[in-house]
Amino acid sequence: MTEHGEAVSLEDQIDQWRSYLRHRRAIHAVDVAELEDHLREQVAVLTDAGLATDEAFLVAVKRMGDLDALSREFAREHSDRLWKQLVVSPSDNGEPHAAVRTDAIVAFCLAVAAAVAVKVPALFGFDLDDDAEFYARNLSLFVLPLLTGYFAWKRRLDVRTLRWLAVPFVAAAVFANVYPFESDGSTEVLTALHLPIALWLVVGVAYAGGRWRQVDGRMDFIRFTGELFIYYVLIALGGGVLTAFTVAMFDAIGIDPESFIGSWLLPCGAAGAVLVAAWLVEAKQSVIENMAPVLTRLFTPLFAAALVAFLGALVWTGRGVEFDRDTLIKFNLVLIVVLGLLLYSVSARDPRSPRGTFDVLQVVLVASALLADAVALWAIADRITEFGFSPNRVAALGVNVILLVNLAWSAVLYLRFLRGRGSFASLERWQTDYLLVYAVWSAAVVVVFPPAFGYA
Amino acid sequence: MVINKDLTAASSTPIVLAILAEGDSYGYAILQRVREVSGGRMEWTDGMLYPVLHRLERLGHVEARWEVSKGRRRRKYYRLTSRGRDQLAEERRQWQAVDATLRGIWRLLEPAGHPASATLVPSGA
Repeated sequence: MTEHGEAVSLEDQIDQWRSYLRHRRAIHAVDVAELEDHLREQVAVLTDAGLATDEAFLVAVKRMGDLDALSREFAREHSDRLWKQLVVSPSDNGEPHAAVRTDAIVAFCLAVAAAVAVKVPALFGFDLDDDAEFYARNLSLFVLPLLTGYFAWKRRLDVRTLRWLAVPFVAAAVFANVYPFESDGSTEVLTALHLPIALWLVVGVAYAGGRWRQVDGRMDFIRFTGELFIYYVLIALGGGVLTAFTVAMFDAIGIDPESFIGSWLLPCGAAGAVLVAAWLVEAKQSVIENMAPVLTRLFTPLFAAALVAFLGALVWTGRGVEFDRDTLIKFNLVLIVVLGLLLYSVSARDPRSPRGTFDVLQVVLVASALLADAVALWAIADRITEFGFSPNRVAALGVNVILLVNLAWSAVLYLRFLRGRGSFASLERWQTDYLLVYAVWSAAVVVVFPPAFGYA
Repeated sequence: MVINKDLTAASSTPIVLAILAEGDSYGYAILQRVREVSGGRMEWTDGMLYPVLHRLERLGHVEARWEVSKGRRRRKYYRLTSRGRDQLAEERRQWQAVDATLRGIWRLLEPAGHPASATLVPSGA
């Protein structure tokens, strides 16, 4: 009885010791196995010499040496291990090998499916160049359903949820294609721009699985979006290099590959890359440091400095903001960047850590962006009626108001947090709740604007 | 007597290579052999042997293979390669040179008639 009990506790102790070692980045699973063999033999020898198992275990662990020093030695020998490898190796994250492989295969198949989906309309006589409007309106419908499907498979969503997720895609396909848009009209462009944003929220619901109603679930989706964007940009850069090489090589033998690149490589690659990027983010989220927060840290001070300089110049020179057609759009972009910086520093911040300089900087950034936007709005407020309410101008104004409200309340919450009157969690909640506003506004632009402005 | 860290680190390569020259072995057995041969004077921290073995493997002086021992436990065995043998010969020459130099110096320090062991411990230590 005692012997049995002791044997169990030794296994438990070794398990604990093993999991403790596994947390060391420089010590890989094979090394843990090697060290474990050593530890077991040492324990066996000591128990043979008459020690009780737990005593033998303690002595063996002690002889193994200080774990910090040991992992330092391992790190010195295997310095490459401190650079997290970008190759997905199953031993690192503890998932079984087969699951990682299946995941990769599913993602790859869906990427191929997305690439094929882009070319399916060609069977019905649609051409990428001649029917550019059709492709622009339906762009998100080629890729996002497959991405939603990937997460539905990964999170094992039930059939009922799947049905609910399918509804917005069907609705989107209807609204994008039944309206009689005038050619070269701005409502068509607005639809093409806003539909992906509205549908992105559907992807988010699938991504978060059952956690969509929780702040954490939505915050994870925000993190995922940022990482996906960065991976996508990296893949696009690689694709650009590949394209340049292909053109250069085929040019040398007198073949012009441009039509192949324009109608096959580029569109299919761009569609498939979304799924590949999503898979990479999923596979690597536990392995590499999230990039978006790092970039945020780097650029928050710089953007804050640029905005403060802008405001300073405005006051110093006494110039007003010159109004032209794109002023509002330019300031929208400023607000979007500031919001992105805010969002990704919020997503990376540990809510329990104390207030610091970076938080003050964040408030300076948001406040100066708000001031700059207010100046711009003031300058164009009296002119907007003069120019009339075109769909573009209403859409731009709507986005501006939405971002302004978000940033203004964020600034209030952040100030409360800085003065110790509020918690950081309320800012997180505000940002994650606000995701719905973007989606609803985008959906409204897609559904309401075309008929309201006569499809112009 | 505790041998200092630098000396332990420097001597670990020839010692491990020499033990593997006797035959293939694995971590625990190598450590046992070190204790035996040194008569307990060399005390290595057990874990520290493994980074040394991995370094020798990276340099190509030893080769590793996994074997399933009795009791179904996997064990990593190390074997000296021909490059390792060359390295051992080289290390041996260097250590012999160091050894010869030190012996010469001890002899110079030694006052006539006193046994060597008495002067090994510096006065005041």
